[in-house]
Amino acid sequence: MTSRLGDDAATATSTLETMWLIRRFEEAVDDLFARGLMHGTMHLSIGQEASATGTCFALRDDDAITSTHRGHGHCIAKGADLERMMAELLAKETGYCRGRGGSMHIADVATGNLGANGIVAGGIPIAAGAALGYRMQGLDRVVVSFFGDGAANEGAFHEAVNLAAIWKLPVVFLCENNKYGMSFSTEKSFAIENISERALGYGIPGVTVDGNDVEVVHATVSEAVDRARSGGGPTLVEAVTYRWKGHSKSDKNLYRTKEEIAQWRERDPILRFEAVVLERGVLDQAAVEEIRARATADIRTAVRAANAAPTPAPTTFSKPSSRPPERQP
Amino acid sequence: MTTTYPSPDLTGTAPTATTDRVITYAEAVREALAEAMAADDRVFMLGEDIGVYGGAFGVTGDLYHRFGAERVRDTPISELGIVGAAVGAALAGMRPVVEIQFSDFTCQAMDQIVNQAAKIHFMLGGAAEVPMVLRAPLGSGTGAAAQHSQSLEAWFAHVPGLKVVMPATAEDAKGLLLSAIDDPNPVIVLEHKLLYRTSGPVPEGAGRIPLGKTAVRRRGRDVTIVATGVMVSRSLEAAEQLAADGIDVSVIDPRTLSPLDDAPILEDISRTGRALLVQEAPGHVGFMAEVASRVVESSAVYRLLAPVRRLSGLDIPIPYAPQLESAAVPQVDAIIDAARSLVKDS
Ligand SMILES: Cc1ncc(C[n+]2csc(CCOP(=O)(O)OP(=O)(O)O)c2C)c(N)n1
Repeated sequence: MTSRLGDDAATATSTLETMWLIRRFEEAVDDLFARGLMHGTMHLSIGQEASATGTCFALRDDDAITSTHRGHGHCIAKGADLERMMAELLAKETGYCRGRGGSMHIADVATGNLGANGIVAGGIPIAAGAALGYRMQGLDRVVVSFFGDGAANEGAFHEAVNLAAIWKLPVVFLCENNKYGMSFSTEKSFAIENISERALGYGIPGVTVDGNDVEVVHATVSEAVDRARSGGGPTLVEAVTYRWKGHSKSDKNLYRTKEEIAQWRERDPILRFEAVVLERGVLDQAAVEEIRARATADIRTAVRAANAAPTPAPTTFSKPSSRPPERQP
Repeated sequence: MTTTYPSPDLTGTAPTATTDRVITYAEAVREALAEAMAADDRVFMLGEDIGVYGGAFGVTGDLYHRFGAERVRDTPISELGIVGAAVGAALAGMRPVVEIQFSDFTCQAMDQIVNQAAKIHFMLGGAAEVPMVLRAPLGSGTGAAAQHSQSLEAWFAHVPGLKVVMPATAEDAKGLLLSAIDDPNPVIVLEHKLLYRTSGPVPEGAGRIPLGKTAVRRRGRDVTIVATGVMVSRSLEAAEQLAADGIDVSVIDPRTLSPLDDAPILEDISRTGRALLVQEAPGHVGFMAEVASRVVESSAVYRLLAPVRRLSGLDIPIPYAPQLESAAVPQVDAIIDAARSLVKDS
């Protein structure tokens, strides 16, 4: 039986701090983007901090994840460096992908993040494959594959889950059901009530949990990770949550109501965990406020440092030509 | 030095209407869809977020409100399923128009596009037709990085049984799409995402532009530039600047990559003696390699004053950083340089 994230001060602090870092990081990104200081496109996971944090906190450092286009939270929760992440989003040479990948392709292989993905469901078969690879090398690592509700309707999801099931691979399929695939609601895109019901068709366990409760996510994923590590095969975990912001910058939010968004904002996973640890007396108000302040300061520092970093020079690129280019950077 | 040639027939078709209305490329696509759906009950659309959201690039706009959820059909994120459903519906007598959000995601649907849609008519000895259209935006320039910025037109053009169209102007976006919807074969329409917000004249009531008809965008004496997609407008811009330097350039836009109407291209190259072939896609095994082959396989080769030159995107994935992204594909300056050196070297 795993202990709860909010039972002791040290764990509660790092859990809360991680969630605040994700929130503040994305608020900073939102702001930089709105002011035209960040280009490309961004997908924010504000409101979904508990599923990223609860899940990654159930993993060992040498366990791995595959992530999605909405992957800032996964990346931070798995232990990535904030400055290098911000540098990547600001298209800097010091970023995780040397400015070549941006938000949708961010990866920190050193902390076990095998990569965000611009292709919906693209990371799911890769997670199964990584789990296979680790097991074939005699490593007892587990891989968690994050994906959205929308991704569960791609062929890649079905093929990957089946492979993992028949080979009993050490993988956890973590569906962050935030209710919409872009504008298409789960009510319209599924004829089943819970996405976890899909597990039945592949002969693996499936469970739906409150994805805004970081402790519940953590406990559920911990169990699934234990089972995976001990040879029991994959589990499909559905964490029900909500994305507060639009899908991306072009989203006019015509497909959902303000009331619905407001309702979910009241179920803020961070404030909820704060309330829990305060009530349990694990942290006091001063400690909680200090954590918030520290997260804000850390993100400011990361933005400042990333802004000052050099941009990649197109020197490794010849002029467009018909000749074979040098090895791609 | 100004051109002494008569004003070219820019579209390959006779003018169809009178007003000089200017609309965006995206509006032109929407207009074609609306007209086709209004004229023929068999025409319907399917794709991700094309309904109330109005399309990822806003192309479908209000069509959902005008034609309803049956005919502007939102789908789950299931590209292979969507295209397969279109193939089936086409076989059953409908005229589906699929929108794939980014052309990169046709990868998910490749079996249905390449092995099914493209093959059925031939394989079944002509007993069935697949009159479907697949529209998808391609190209770089928005900072969307490697999985959202590709130019995969050569893949499709390589497959017998597919027609491939790349409209470069608003008028072509409308006219070619209308023809694609009429066509009894599967047609891939690759729209450039940087063009959606550009505008151009689309006369009221402007109609079909036939598939498989190359357009001469500008007639010059010294160099023939062949370009597709967003490279057409970049080449025209380059041509303006080159004209100031006394270099007189033709700009030719095949519009339909498959089947390729090469006669106007070869004719113009024979006249200028110089060919500059410009594409955004990586050069290796790209569409312009086909054009170059057609030049050397034709009598135009005897008229060349210099070797055929290709100007292509680098053979790398499209990078995220803006300065890397723009260095990865031909920009106006590179086109000017290439054209100038082609003239100087001969
Ligand atoms: C194969 C593919 N199809 C479509 C898209 C465009 N797209 C990007 S994210 C997205 C919605 C994904 O929904 P979901 O999987 O539920 O994740 P969420 O965005 O809700 O986190 C869509 C349609 C894509 N990137 N890849």
